[in-house]
Amino acid sequence: MVPAYPISPQTHIVEALSALVRRGELAPCEYINAESEFGAMSLCIGASAAGSRTYTATSSQGLLFMAEALYNAAGLGLPVVMTVANRALGAPINIWNDQSDSLSQRDSGWIQLYARDNQAACDLHPIAFRLAEELSVPVMVCMDGFVLTHAVERIAVPDQEVVDAFLPAYRPQQILDPDVPMSIGAMVGPEAFTEVRFLADGRMRRALLRMPELAERYAKLVGRPAEHLARGYRLDGARTVFLAMGSVLGTLEDVIDEARADGLAVGAVELTCFRPFPAQRLRTLLAGAEQVIVLERAFSAGAAGIITPELIAALADPPAVPVRCSTVVAGLGGRPITKKALRMLVRDAAASRAARFSFLGLDRDLLSRAGYGRASDDAPGSTAERLLARLHTREEPR
Amino acid sequence: MNVKFYQVGSLAVGNRLLPQEERAAQADPKRANSLISGHRACQGCGEVLGARYVLDTAMRATGGKLVAVNATGCLEVVSTPFPESAWRVPWLHSLFGNAPAVASGVAAALKAQGRSDIRVLGQAGDGGTVDIGLGALSGMFERDDDVLFVCYDNQAYMNTGVQRSGATPPAARTATTPVVAGQPGNRFGQGKDVPAIAIAHRIPYVATATVADLRDLEAKVERAMQFTGARYLHVLVPCPPGWGSASSQTIRLARLATESGLFPLFEAEYGELTSATPIRHRVPVDEYLRPQTRYAHLFAHEEKGGRPDLIARIQEQADRNIRTYGLLAATMPDLAQHSERSHE
Amino acid sequence: MYQIRLHGRGGQGVVTAAELVAWAAIADGRYALAFPSFGSERTGAPVEAYCRIDDKPIRSREPVTEPDLVVVLDPTLLGQRFVFNGIKSDGTALINLPVAASSATGTGTGLAPRAAHVRTVPATEFARQRTGRPLPNAAMLGAGAAANGIVPLAAVRDAIAARFPRTIAEANAAAATDAFEYLRFAAHAASEVHRVHT
Repeated sequence: MVPAYPISPQTHIVEALSALVRRGELAPCEYINAESEFGAMSLCIGASAAGSRTYTATSSQGLLFMAEALYNAAGLGLPVVMTVANRALGAPINIWNDQSDSLSQRDSGWIQLYARDNQAACDLHPIAFRLAEELSVPVMVCMDGFVLTHAVERIAVPDQEVVDAFLPAYRPQQILDPDVPMSIGAMVGPEAFTEVRFLADGRMRRALLRMPELAERYAKLVGRPAEHLARGYRLDGARTVFLAMGSVLGTLEDVIDEARADGLAVGAVELTCFRPFPAQRLRTLLAGAEQVIVLERAFSAGAAGIITPELIAALADPPAVPVRCSTVVAGLGGRPITKKALRMLVRDAAASRAARFSFLGLDRDLLSRAGYGRASDDAPGSTAERLLARLHTREEPR
Repeated sequence: MNVKFYQVGSLAVGNRLLPQEERAAQADPKRANSLISGHRACQGCGEVLGARYVLDTAMRATGGKLVAVNATGCLEVVSTPFPESAWRVPWLHSLFGNAPAVASGVAAALKAQGRSDIRVLGQAGDGGTVDIGLGALSGMFERDDDVLFVCYDNQAYMNTGVQRSGATPPAARTATTPVVAGQPGNRFGQGKDVPAIAIAHRIPYVATATVADLRDLEAKVERAMQFTGARYLHVLVPCPPGWGSASSQTIRLARLATESGLFPLFEAEYGELTSATPIRHRVPVDEYLRPQTRYAHLFAHEEKGGRPDLIARIQEQADRNIRTYGLLAATMPDLAQHSERSHE
Repeated sequence: MYQIRLHGRGGQGVVTAAELVAWAAIADGRYALAFPSFGSERTGAPVEAYCRIDDKPIRSREPVTEPDLVVVLDPTLLGQRFVFNGIKSDGTALINLPVAASSATGTGTGLAPRAAHVRTVPATEFARQRTGRPLPNAAMLGAGAAANGIVPLAAVRDAIAARFPRTIAEANAAAATDAFEYLRFAAHAASEVHRVHT
């Protein structure tokens, strides 16, 4: 069953699916035009509980509008799979790519996988369904909005036979069936809630074991490598390692190659599975590094990066892996991460210690026009609106 | 002796004299008992009574092939305190505001599986239907999803402590429409008429009912189950603690609500009114309001003079309903007249 | 690696054009990556799209800042100096310009001072003649195939056929061929003129 509600930049996904369903290519399948994203995820919950394989897609504001339902689906142990076209969260309204949307829901109990390119996005979906149905944990496959969702590139789409060999028919663990009536969604009080949460967490953590196994099985079937928890790139002898999730990895790897050719000891780590957090895998990959710079496409206002604190905690577990971690926030709201900026970052980082928390390519001119650093910066109100107002009143010849 | 029988037209008095197949579902010892004893509802709770009536009838109508989806609220909370459940039907509770959407999802899945013989019933209180659930409800209606949605209307958010909802009637006292500083409870001129909204969606079947007339309620559930597509049933269910009424008066109060004209009983199909139940013994609204302490401030109380003006306005509302639905007349009113006058 | 940047306005098929180039290149056995950069989906707003073509997998996803080829689907954008930003020293500018305008400006080198090679093609007119609609993207693709030879015209025609319903595809493929032929002829003629003027 596919419920759908459109939001940029996911619209073509739900449009294409509606055509596929109408042409009967996914039969037996029902497609429902939901009245909102909250409705869409609620439809998923009902359909999944009734025993159907269920899928939807959303982004940004839509993901947040269904936030309550996300936690509900996870708490009910329903194996829903959802594509999230990563897009910034407003205000200010912004339809372009960053990862603040899915990362804001990292505690919801959903497995989160991040695709580096469209081949990975394609391959991660059958893996997602398999994981979800085995573990009774919903899975979101995240792909950078516009950058990946609107890219045309060469990929190999597996045949139906291959997918069927990998993903068996859905056998629901619990189901609404008049022949075997059960109540799903009871109220659980203080005496058992902790244990319910503990058990669900345990199920999610099993993905750390299962995902590499499933990826290997999938890789054998399709004849090419498949994504799993995290992967290293040119880590041999790399003293400075850059860690990232999503589409920036392609550009980053080009820059790493150039830097290596210049003799810099740098490498990269691609993080694919963010939830559950693959602490052990990352400890292994980063064992030889001196510093890790985490490129983050989101951050936690008033605090720090989102991936970095989790990485630091993972590395600090005894025996501690002595790697210095810092955060570079880049690509917010769709700002392209350029090779030029990355080259500078790589060169600077290889030469000296990176700042703990910084923003890539901050536009100082724009900041100063907004009054940054001056007393007038203390004025309350929306930063964006104030900045826009100032832009229109500056005294400059036209 | 002059014995007045209520529900004379429904033959409830003569249930035992009827052939088996004409009796109420509740009269059948082999009824589904979809909601069994052991739940934690208050004494005299109208909602669990209504739910049992509705579900047992739906189970009878579907030969036991029914799935129920429940919103958060009193009904859900009292019936499923982990690890117990009072439900003997397959039952799913998700969130407060999404029961119609979840029910639609269940129906879609069953259709995709080729099991549309299993019917879906969604249920919620007035909170989960009229306010937070309205978006999802409207979506279910406009898509004509194959769900019977039942609203058990006790006219406030009872489970969380009697706060005002979009179904709270004018002048009623609730925790968020207190009688203070000269404010007489809930404001006049607000509120939603969800049966009218359902009719405006032109769905196959819409009906109102109460727990006072079991046979009428059962007949409406049966009628609803004869249709496929979106159907809506709005059931008035008094709440003793919320209304401030005695727990023994639940059924009587529901009857007074219809007999006063404040809660008209009617059916509609595809946007057209098809029936309205005449009032057998009309009562002034006072008789209905007086036994409920949520209206106590309207009546003279010690030195306080009460609010006869507001009672008069409530009476006007009842009179309007009686005119609109032809509850004392032999003729059927037309829908346009109804929609013009159905706002306060 | 060959990098193309396309400029136009929403509604002119800029994004589709980039996708079709990629499609054609992939059908031709190469690697390609096409993606857009645009504002809200509004007709008339300036739109940029990119396409990279290579014989090995393409990893970089940053916008094309050093294009080998800049394609301008809407001549009203020529006033915006950024359109030719970063063009390679031996790069080509391919501009959709009505016949009347191009004859007035001669070879059109004044239009794109930074570009080594400037080609103009009346793509909108070809499109209008063949499809009845002033959507220049397919014609520009044909012109592009001629201008740089990076993607054969046959592959462009195949991409168009795969993307559009048959009658529309045929009309668009014809417009692409018209533009291709025009540019082949014009290039020949222009190179003659250029030799005369230097």
